[in-house]
Amino acid sequence: MKPLLQSDAFVRVAAPVAVGIVLFGLWEGSFRLASVPVYLFPKPSDIFISLVQHGPSLLRALLVTLRVTLQAFVAATVIGTLIAFMFVQSRAIEVSLFPYAVLLQVTPVVAIAPLIIILVKNTQISLTICATLVALFPIISNTTLGLRSVDPGLANYFRMNRASRLKTLIKLRIPGALPYFFGGLRISSGLALIGAVVAEFVAGTGGRSSGLAYEILDAGFTLDIPRMFAALFLITLTGVLLFTVMAALSRLALSNWHESEIRAET
Amino acid sequence: MNVLPPPCAFDHDTGPRTTSEGRPPVVEVLSAEKLFPNRTRGLAPIDLTIADGEFLTLIGPSGCGKSTLLKLIANLIEPTDGRLLWWRGDHGQVGQEGRRLAFVFQEPTLMPWARVEANVRLPLELADMPRVEAAPLVEDAIARVGLSAFGQHYPRQLSGGMRMRVSIARALVTQPNLLLMDEPFGALDEFTRNKLDDDLVRLWWDRKLTTVFVTHSIYEAVFLSTRIIVMAAGPGRIFRTMTIDEPQPRGVGFRDSPKFAAYCRELSTWLAEASLPRSSGGEA
Repeated sequence: MKPLLQSDAFVRVAAPVAVGIVLFGLWEGSFRLASVPVYLFPKPSDIFISLVQHGPSLLRALLVTLRVTLQAFVAATVIGTLIAFMFVQSRAIEVSLFPYAVLLQVTPVVAIAPLIIILVKNTQISLTICATLVALFPIISNTTLGLRSVDPGLANYFRMNRASRLKTLIKLRIPGALPYFFGGLRISSGLALIGAVVAEFVAGTGGRSSGLAYEILDAGFTLDIPRMFAALFLITLTGVLLFTVMAALSRLALSNWHESEIRAET
Repeated sequence: MNVLPPPCAFDHDTGPRTTSEGRPPVVEVLSAEKLFPNRTRGLAPIDLTIADGEFLTLIGPSGCGKSTLLKLIANLIEPTDGRLLWWRGDHGQVGQEGRRLAFVFQEPTLMPWARVEANVRLPLELADMPRVEAAPLVEDAIARVGLSAFGQHYPRQLSGGMRMRVSIARALVTQPNLLLMDEPFGALDEFTRNKLDDDLVRLWWDRKLTTVFVTHSIYEAVFLSTRIIVMAAGPGRIFRTMTIDEPQPRGVGFRDSPKFAAYCRELSTWLAEASLPRSSGGEA
C-alpha cells in the first residue's frame, strides 16, 4: 500500500483542508491580537458560537432554502431538457424560441422577483419560480448543444441502418449529449441556490420569508453580525455540497468512456 | 524475370445471370453514371458485375470516383443515369433490405459510451432483433475478429487496430452477403494493417463473403483481391482490370513471393498511367 501522503485521494482532501485551517487560524489569531470588535467583524470562534446558539432557527432556515433550491433545480432540469428536446426536433422551433431563452437569461432575477412574488401568492412557489428561471438557461443551452453534437460518422451509420427517429434519439443523441448535460447540471445547481437566495432577499424585505437570506437580513437589522456570518457559512456549504453531488453524479455516469472523467493512466 | 503471370482482363459482362467464371452475380452495375450537383461528372457510365464470393478491390488516384462507385453499390446514393441490380440466389433484389449489406468506414465509428458487445449488437438492435436471439450472433462475430476477451471493454481501452476489428465484427454480425469497405485500414500503421489484412483474407475465405474494398495501398490490393479494378479520374471510369491468380487462402508466403512483387510492379505502372491526364485531352 502507498503511504497516505502519496495517495492522490488523501492529498485531494487534505491539502484544501490544511489551507482552510491555516487561513482560519490567521483570521482568529490576528483578530484576537488586534481585538477587533465583534459587531464590526467577528472571529471564526464567534461565528461558531453563534452557529450553535442559533442552531435550530438557522437549520430551519437552511431547510427552507434547500427545499426551494432543490425544487427549482429539479424543475429547471426537467423543463430545460424538454425545451432542448423540442429545439433539436426542428430548426424552426429553435430559431423562433431561442432569443426568448436568452431574454430569460439576461433579465436579472432581482428585477423580476418582486413581480413574481406579487403575482404568486404562495411564497414557496414564487421563490421556486424565481430560482428556476435563473437555473434554466444552462440546461437548455448545454443539452441542446449536446443533442446536436452527434458524431457524423455514427449518424451516417444510423441512417444507413434505417434507424427510426426515436431509436436514433435514444441510442445516439441522448448518450452523446450526457457529458454536456452534466456540465449544465453542475452550473445550474449553483445557480438554483443563488436564485433561491436572491429571491428570498427580495421576498424577505417584504417580510414574507424564512430562508437563510431572511436570516441574514434579520441579523443585519439587529446588528447580529456573527449570525449573519453563520447564515452565510451555511449557504456556502450548501453550494459546495450541491456541486460535489453533481460532480459525483457526472463521474458515475461518464467515468467509463468520456475524456472529462477519465483519470490519466499511471 | 519469367514468373510474371499475364494479368488477364475481365471483360465487361452485362446482362447475363452468371459471370464469366460461372458464378451468380451479386451486384450488377449497368451503365450507371453520376453527375454531381455542380454538373461535373463524378462517374462516367460504368458497367461492372460483382460475382458471388469474389474479393473486388477498387484502386485509383484521388478523384477517380472509387468511393462514389462504392456508395452506388451500397445503395447510399442513386445513379444519375443507368441502374444497379442486387441479386440473391433466388434472384430477388436485396438492396432494399439493409441487413444483407454491410459497410465498414475508414474510421471505426464506434459508440464511445457502449462496450464492445453493445457496439457489435447495434445493427441487430436497430433491426429490432430480440437480445436473446442476438447474443450468440454477437458472440460469434466478436470471436471471429479475435476479440472474445474484450467484449466488456470500452472502445477507448482498445488500440486503433482493435477498434477496427470491432467495426468489422459489427459488419459481420448481420451476416451480410455483400461486405463493402471504404479504406478501412487507411489510418493504421503498416504492421497492424498487414495483420488485419491476413485476418480479413481468412474471414472472407471462411464465409465466402463477397467483398468490395477501396484502398490506396497497392500491396493491400494485390494481397487481398481476386480482382482489382484500376480507376482513372476526369471523369471517374474503369481504367483496367487485373485478376490476381493465386490460390486461397493466402498467407505470408504469398506476400514474400516474387509473384506478389511482380503483380505489385504491374499494378503500380497501371496506376501511374491512370494518373496521367487523358491523352485525348481537355474533356470537361
